[in-house]
Amino acid sequence: MTQDGPDADQLWAALADPTRLRLLDLLLQHGEATASALATELPITRQGIAKHLLVLQRADLVHAHRTGRETRFTVRDERLAQAQQQMARVASRWGERLARIKRIAEATHNASSAGDAE
Amino acid sequence: MRIGGIVTAVLPDAITREIDIDAPPDVVWAIVTEARHLAGWFSDEAAIDLRQGGAMLLSWHGHGAYRARVETVEPPVTFAFRWVLRDGEEPVPGGSTLVVMTLIPTDAGTRLRVVESGFSDLSWPEHERAHYAGQNAKGWITELDELRAYAARVKTSRHRR
Repeated sequence: MTQDGPDADQLWAALADPTRLRLLDLLLQHGEATASALATELPITRQGIAKHLLVLQRADLVHAHRTGRETRFTVRDERLAQAQQQMARVASRWGERLARIKRIAEATHNASSAGDAE
Repeated sequence: MRIGGIVTAVLPDAITREIDIDAPPDVVWAIVTEARHLAGWFSDEAAIDLRQGGAMLLSWHGHGAYRARVETVEPPVTFAFRWVLRDGEEPVPGGSTLVVMTLIPTDAGTRLRVVESGFSDLSWPEHERAHYAGQNAKGWITELDELRAYAARVKTSRHRR
């Protein structure tokens, strides 16, 4: 039942922060960026950005690649898609639950209406 | 700093689903809140103390028992509870999501709406915190708490709108 193991825990924990969501947004907009470049767009220090990027890396949400002295970060689309799929799964479970509630409620109601009519 | 954008568009913090039911709200209310019915549409077994703060236990055969806590009981309109994402945990804010079920009377019967929210409020797992604490990064944990408080303030102001 429910949410899909330790891997999913790490994924959701990484996403559970407005700054990290903002970082992912910036990376998606720019395609790739360095921590310094990201720091110019957010009201936190480069060190703060680096820590958040580390969390995102550990959750496989961003990929770091070095070119010369620079480290550039990109979003791992497939991992983001995975998060989206998990969210969709939660939604579809509610769809199934609501359908079951409807079935039970209508059966109960029909049974009691039939009783009233007699 | 703003919240929103591409990621929050594809990963909303809340899920909303609704369905129209040909039965009046009082019938739907019983199905939504009574243990014997919860064990039919939600889990394999269920227990519920139907009052604010009351305990719920939802069990699935082979998958363990999940705790939940009743948050709102306003018959026959609003039933809300928090439930955990991992078995064995306590349903406290920060470690759980909030499910709000609303029953809206319609000509044909009831529109039942469910909103599950709080996915982005989920706390860091303890081992993650321990890892950072071990790296002498107490400031980082404080920062996280501040960010979480910030997110809560933003969220509150969003809700007011």
